[in-house]
Amino acid sequence: MTAGRLGLRQLAPPLLLLVAVGLYGDTTSAGTRDDFTSALIMATIVIALYVFVGNSGVISFGHISFVAIGAFAAGVMTIPSAVKPTVMPDLFPFLADNSIGSFESLLLAAAMGAIVAFLVGLALMRLSGLAAGIATFAVLEITHNVLRFWTKIGPGAQTLSLVPEDIEPIQAMLGALFAAVVAFAFARSRSGRLLRASREDPAAAQAAGIDIHRKRLIAFTISGALAGLAGGLLVHQIGSITTEQVYLRLTFITLAMLVVGGMRSLWGAVVGALVVSFLDIVLVDAEGGLGVGPATIDLPAGSSLVILGAVMAAMLILRPSGITGGNEATLRIPRALLRRRDRAESGADTAAKAGPASKP
Amino acid sequence: MDVLQTLINGIALGSVYALVAVGLALIFGVMRLINFAHGELITAGGYTLALASAFPTVAAIALAVVVCVALAWLMERVAFRRLRNAAPATTLVATFAVAFTLQAVWLIAFGPQGESADVLSSLNRTAISGELSLRWITIAMLVTGAILLGGTVLLLNRTTIGLQMRAAAADFRAARLLGVKADMVISVAFVIAGVMAAAVAVLLTVQRPLVTPTFGLEVVILGLVGVVVGGMDRLGSATCGGFAIGFAIAVLGDVLPSDERVFLPSAVFLLVIIVLVLRPGGLFAPRRPATVERV
Repeated sequence: MTAGRLGLRQLAPPLLLLVAVGLYGDTTSAGTRDDFTSALIMATIVIALYVFVGNSGVISFGHISFVAIGAFAAGVMTIPSAVKPTVMPDLFPFLADNSIGSFESLLLAAAMGAIVAFLVGLALMRLSGLAAGIATFAVLEITHNVLRFWTKIGPGAQTLSLVPEDIEPIQAMLGALFAAVVAFAFARSRSGRLLRASREDPAAAQAAGIDIHRKRLIAFTISGALAGLAGGLLVHQIGSITTEQVYLRLTFITLAMLVVGGMRSLWGAVVGALVVSFLDIVLVDAEGGLGVGPATIDLPAGSSLVILGAVMAAMLILRPSGITGGNEATLRIPRALLRRRDRAESGADTAAKAGPASKP
Repeated sequence: MDVLQTLINGIALGSVYALVAVGLALIFGVMRLINFAHGELITAGGYTLALASAFPTVAAIALAVVVCVALAWLMERVAFRRLRNAAPATTLVATFAVAFTLQAVWLIAFGPQGESADVLSSLNRTAISGELSLRWITIAMLVTGAILLGGTVLLLNRTTIGLQMRAAAADFRAARLLGVKADMVISVAFVIAGVMAAAVAVLLTVQRPLVTPTFGLEVVILGLVGVVVGGMDRLGSATCGGFAIGFAIAVLGDVLPSDERVFLPSAVFLLVIIVLVLRPGGLFAPRRPATVERV
């Protein structure tokens, strides 16, 4: 089997899962649709995180800054100019006078995420391990602090509201699919492979001539762009945003999703995000009484968070490398189907496919 | 005089964060575990003080120490012991999960409004007035910090268990081969961390009596930043780092003009980034010839 076909078969499971969630979510009732949309946006954030953390092996606490920047950029620019002065009186004139459409605002969010990630990465990508973790965390704190108090670029500590709400399950699904394809393409590119080599053994990678700093910077920028895009999706889903929504809690929960799923694979990122999201949704529902068959589960108020935390801790204790073990899932195509196709193709091609499967 | 006042405030807050740093660095030393849940020990201590405020002061403080130590020991026993051989990212996120769970427990048990723990509020009185004004709490912070840090140094350098802890921090496997009992050493590290957390809870509740579910989280985040900035591999450099972050917050808070003070976190964290980029191994870590990075 050629490497290219194996690649497609590994890309298929996360894409199919996202499509299934998006299409099913679209048919559900109003309240549940929102839950599905959120789950897909969380998946987009976790995929963005995976592009950097999974491939480089360096922990980043800073990605929610790019989500925040994307969300506020997209939010501020899509509010109609007429109402901007009343909501945000101190805004810079060029921000106050111009407005763009929702789709353009998503592109803007991704671009802002990429630009900020690139600039931050120039300085920070030399760091590894804990130093990198804390430095990226410092980026999160600075972003949060500036967004919260600099009223010339946004609403400050106020809620940014009146943002057009036009992200539904289908649009969120398209966003997540786009992120997944970009993430997979990067992981299989030359840069992605070299970066993973440096994750396994930095010294050997450097000795082999890999410029680790540069490879990490590329991954960080791509991942910043996807995180910015996810921020844009987020603000257009809920129609409003505050700086507190894109801060510590979101940072912890998305990192937990990535690690619970298995941080070394795209499949792990998608599975982790969806499993934890839906667990959260089910638990919150159970607080209001949830019928399971004949029985009704009725959890005391507030206990859903306790259970969610405990379940995540238990999953990590039982499966330290994540639900997927950090492996990609490979779509199995029934042998009979393959054989029929092989017969139809040329002999040389069949010979190549008969060789040992190359694992990336 | 203003300069001296600022320095004293800085040193007092620095010693509190140094205590946070010791709790984090001891556990990191023996287990390579970054314990985000350390903040929950501080919160637990704060809530204990709030609930025990009817008791005599000494009893309330003793109870806080008992609760913190018990919770620290329990955390290790239930969650972290099973993760000893897991990857760093996994253990880190597991400590998040524990912290997250406990915060949810605090929220259910005590609500979001917070409980008031004014056990030692009498320490807010002025001890020295005049040009240089000192409150008792500032003195208490300095003295407690000095005693506990001194005690830890003595324990590590003068006792068998201290020697074993240092050995385990240097090379855990070799220490085990030489007969150091891993469970024992790790339990002791958690017990000491519990004591440190209780002390921090007592000192912090004097100035900020309102204990909310995220009371300890903010403290532990800054403590952790300090530990990494100082140099996490050695207890001494980590403690200095914790001290430095407390000192920097207090001094920058005094120095920044009041209308710019909202940007204090940005200033502190910008400083953190600059230090880390220039000295990734830590500000107080010994300069070593370029070695291979270990991720």
